[in-house]
Amino acid sequence: MPRIVSAKKPQRLGYTVRRLLGYMGRHKFSLLAVALLVILSVACNLLGTYMISPVIDGLVDGGGMASLVKGVALTALIYIIGVLAALGYSQIMARSSQQIVYDIRADLFNHMQDLPLSYFDSHQHGDVMSYYTNDVDTISDALNNSFAAVVKNGFQILGTMSMLIILNWRLSLIVAVSYTFMFLYVRFSAGRSKSYYKRQQASLGALDGYIQEMVAGQKVIKVFNHEKANLEGFRKLNSELQAMGGAAQAYASTMIPAVVSISFLTYTIVSLCGGFMALGGLTTLGALASYLVFVRQAAAPINQFTQQSNFLLSSLAGAERIFMLIDRKKEVDEGTVRLETTSHGWVWRDGDAIIPLKGDVRFDDVSFSYVEDHPVLKHVTLYAKPGQKIAFVGSTGAGKTTITNLINRFYDVDSGRILFDGIDVRRIRKDDLRRSLGMVLQDTHLFTATIRENIRYGRLDASDSQVEEAARIANADSFIRRLPNGYDTMVVADGANLSSGQRQLLAIARAAVANPPVLILDEATSNIDTRTEDLIERGMDSLMEGRTVFVIAHRLSTVRNADAIMVLEHGQIVERGDHDDLMSQRGRYYKLYTGMFELS
Amino acid sequence: MADLRKLLGMLGPYRRDLVLACLLIIVETSFELIIPTMMASLIDIGVANGDVGYMLHKGGQMALCAILALATGLAYARFAARAAYGWGAGIREAEYSSLQNYAFSNIDKYETSSLVTRMTSDVTVMQNTINNGLRPLVRAPVMLILGIVFSFSMNAQLALVFIILTPILGFVLFSIVRRVAPMYSILQKTVDGLNSVVEENLRAIRTVKAFVRGTFEEEKFDEVNDGLRSTATKTNATAVLNMPVFQTVMYFCVVCIMFFGGSMILLGRLQVGELTGFLSYVMQVLNSMMMLSNVFLLLTRSLASASRIAAVLDEEPALKERKDPVMEVASSDVVFDHVSFKYSQDAKEETLEDITLTMPAGSTIGILGGTGSGKSSLVQLIDRLYDVDKGAVRIGGVDVRDYSLSVLRDAVGMVLQKNLLFSGSVRDNLRWGAEEASDDEIWAACGIAGAAEFLRRFPQGLDTELGQGGVNVSGGQKQRLCIARALLKKPRILIFDDSTSAVDTATEKEIRDSLKKLEGVTKIFIAQRISSVMEAQRIFILDNGRLVDSGTHDELLRTSRIYQEIYESQIKGGSL
Repeated sequence: MPRIVSAKKPQRLGYTVRRLLGYMGRHKFSLLAVALLVILSVACNLLGTYMISPVIDGLVDGGGMASLVKGVALTALIYIIGVLAALGYSQIMARSSQQIVYDIRADLFNHMQDLPLSYFDSHQHGDVMSYYTNDVDTISDALNNSFAAVVKNGFQILGTMSMLIILNWRLSLIVAVSYTFMFLYVRFSAGRSKSYYKRQQASLGALDGYIQEMVAGQKVIKVFNHEKANLEGFRKLNSELQAMGGAAQAYASTMIPAVVSISFLTYTIVSLCGGFMALGGLTTLGALASYLVFVRQAAAPINQFTQQSNFLLSSLAGAERIFMLIDRKKEVDEGTVRLETTSHGWVWRDGDAIIPLKGDVRFDDVSFSYVEDHPVLKHVTLYAKPGQKIAFVGSTGAGKTTITNLINRFYDVDSGRILFDGIDVRRIRKDDLRRSLGMVLQDTHLFTATIRENIRYGRLDASDSQVEEAARIANADSFIRRLPNGYDTMVVADGANLSSGQRQLLAIARAAVANPPVLILDEATSNIDTRTEDLIERGMDSLMEGRTVFVIAHRLSTVRNADAIMVLEHGQIVERGDHDDLMSQRGRYYKLYTGMFELS
Repeated sequence: MADLRKLLGMLGPYRRDLVLACLLIIVETSFELIIPTMMASLIDIGVANGDVGYMLHKGGQMALCAILALATGLAYARFAARAAYGWGAGIREAEYSSLQNYAFSNIDKYETSSLVTRMTSDVTVMQNTINNGLRPLVRAPVMLILGIVFSFSMNAQLALVFIILTPILGFVLFSIVRRVAPMYSILQKTVDGLNSVVEENLRAIRTVKAFVRGTFEEEKFDEVNDGLRSTATKTNATAVLNMPVFQTVMYFCVVCIMFFGGSMILLGRLQVGELTGFLSYVMQVLNSMMMLSNVFLLLTRSLASASRIAAVLDEEPALKERKDPVMEVASSDVVFDHVSFKYSQDAKEETLEDITLTMPAGSTIGILGGTGSGKSSLVQLIDRLYDVDKGAVRIGGVDVRDYSLSVLRDAVGMVLQKNLLFSGSVRDNLRWGAEEASDDEIWAACGIAGAAEFLRRFPQGLDTELGQGGVNVSGGQKQRLCIARALLKKPRILIFDDSTSAVDTATEKEIRDSLKKLEGVTKIFIAQRISSVMEAQRIFILDNGRLVDSGTHDELLRTSRIYQEIYESQIKGGSL
């Protein structure tokens, strides 16, 4: 399974930050307001604290009760403005940050819809889920907590620095050198922990996938008494996560103590040097004392700054993963031919040309492989005239499902071409192509919604009566009506409350409501009991009426009624013809058929 | 809080690391408090007297303290990280183990995605509580206590001001935390909802693409995404209130002290220097309260996670083993004695109703019935995937509930209808049946199951990797691998729950013929096709949860109306 391989160097850090800033850019004005209010709040805080000394100095200089009250009132006013500013920016930020995260999540999901199927074949669900459960989460946390804090502390650092330079530029050189060290260390440990963070997120994804698989497979696990062995597998992934997370955090956690200690060292050196300067008459004791107060004050915002960059780091690792997904190539669709509805029915519009949709499908020397060098289809050529029923017969793994996957371009052919009404399917817009094809897939997937909504999935604008009509065609109507709430019964957990036969009936109803000119049926009846199967047979027949149908056949009646039967073996069509032809050939089809006959 | 205590109890060997980390923080904090006093003497004594020796001496002491603080700080980072991640791994493992003991009635309570978040994101929240919360949690009380002590020793009268205000601040911060706590659990539920939409989409991606429903899915996602945005905004907007509230109280406190302190100075009862010093302590005390409140906010969030984790840990497994279970399955005959069963206590109708039947040891049994007639439910009672509500299922004369679960399940091999293969190689998957199985044994089982033929065509043979749910083999191949996996277990009772439905008829017949050679094994076939069961010694026909007919193929052809109907339709329609 492909995994996100962690880069040793965080080479995409700049790129990730730029992308993230791009999202924040959509909320320029809110974020600008946040920044201004943060600065206002910091300024009020500093100014209010600064007010203490003139007020008290005023008392010493003989000002009375009146000047005290005046001074205190002024301080209180400054503070009130500061509090209001803080209230303002924190509320705006709470909203903006969620808006940003909302945008990221939406882009992530929307892009996921456009990825080719091969992506989903090669990535575990858990890995993909981890984008939503872990990565977006860390970004959300970082925005909530860190953005305002970074602005605030950055401003405080700037303010303090300028005070330091004004008070004593010589000593400030020492401070500058020490700050450089601090930032260098922060960068070093940030880089280190970031690469571990990335590995941590990757192992979290792996663990996610494992748990998901195991929860889904609980029945199998219990049937095989496999709990202990699985615990071992879990432990392996779990301890890997522990190691990666521990390493990342161990680096990240050293930042604050290191910064604090460096600031103490600076404090010590400045005290000593300042002391000597005072001895040499270069500064006064009072000035040194207040200078030292500022040096000490500078440590707190730097501390905060590093702490917040800690949060930001872990979120950047997550953001990088997300942007990598969003940057993935979309399913290619270079098609320009569109599907249109006219008074004469559906037509293809190819530039100015209008070609009526007839349902004429040709495979012209088509070869295909999922994995390079392992061909699944070899030089397949076939021709379905409009309204014909083509049945595919053959042992499992012969390539029947693959053929249908190529018609609707779940995958693209390696060589050869597929023509739909004479148009290469690669020239047809994917959405339009798929809209013209009805599919009943091997596995029926249902959504958490009512039965009615699940059928309507085939055509969103279908009326209630059209939905019920489709259900009647599929013969699903009678069982649906017997459900506790009929058509309004909720389907839960991918249809766990329905039998597999019922689920397939719904899949057929879904295809019926879509009412497409071409139908692809893939082993649709394999799990339905014979009595139910008998019921749907008539419905299916009326559904197939007048349409081109590709069916991966399991029922003999379908095969008998088919205009052409393709017998597939190892990716090649080994026999073709109608039932009687094939029987008289006494080949593979004959064997399959008689094998069945002998059994029943 | 009880949940958190419970989880903290799971620190195990990492308790030592956590305690050490706390001690190191205290030491570091004290260095931090000592250094300014050293600085004061360096300047007040050393510089004031021009004593260079004293200055260097004090400077050296300060540098030493700074280096010691660095050492303790780095050590703290190491221990805290070890404690946090060791703890997290422990919690995850405990959750996973308890999940393993769940019965299906337990699992059905949770969505898969919710179980996954409870084992990953929720645990991450707990870890982060230690990563980010431990330092302030330990530092704040130290600073708080020292600050109060110093300010009282300075001016007890003035200290009264913030002695009154501190509880008010505490109360307000506490009430914000209390309002936010339930909001966090709502938030988490919304997150779960969003995740399950994503999961559903992932699972059904082929359907989505086939029906060109990308936009529709995007709209659906937008709805939950929007819901999450507004819930998260509301929660965060409330949570961040604690900062302005804190500032209000702090500034009020400062203004009061300015006023009262100023009045006292006017009355000559206070020195200016004292007031400035006093204010710095007030700041320290209030700051540490702010730190504490932030930690509590962090804790609130982690409390929501803690209780979600605790729910997984505390879930009482619905299936329990007897205290002194029977450790041996003596015989492979299966008896259902007036068995009734339903999946949920609230269900109106029973899934199985008063079923009584006997499957003799070593016999071949067929079970037929329509969709939803209860066939799968019936066989799942045999190896206790579920427990009966009434009556009893007995194997070898012993109630299945009296066996040790592992002994029982070792004796019963079942190929489920909705079967799964796991990520890993074919060999890994087949060895689920027998951990130590040699390649020869595996190939033998595959031979019986009709899987050898296509496995040989795979270039990597047994080393072929299977994805999640076995996506890269076809349905029929998957079913045959699942059969081989069950055969490797060498069970006394073998159950096939419609497990050859995707296999072509010729292969199916081959499989059935080779299964005949397994002697002494009771074989139970659930099937749709009569051809699959017609050779069975006894065929049971279920309809609507009841046993309606039983007998051999010939007997049923004569006596059973349902059987005749099915037979007719299959001969007429045939099935390939």
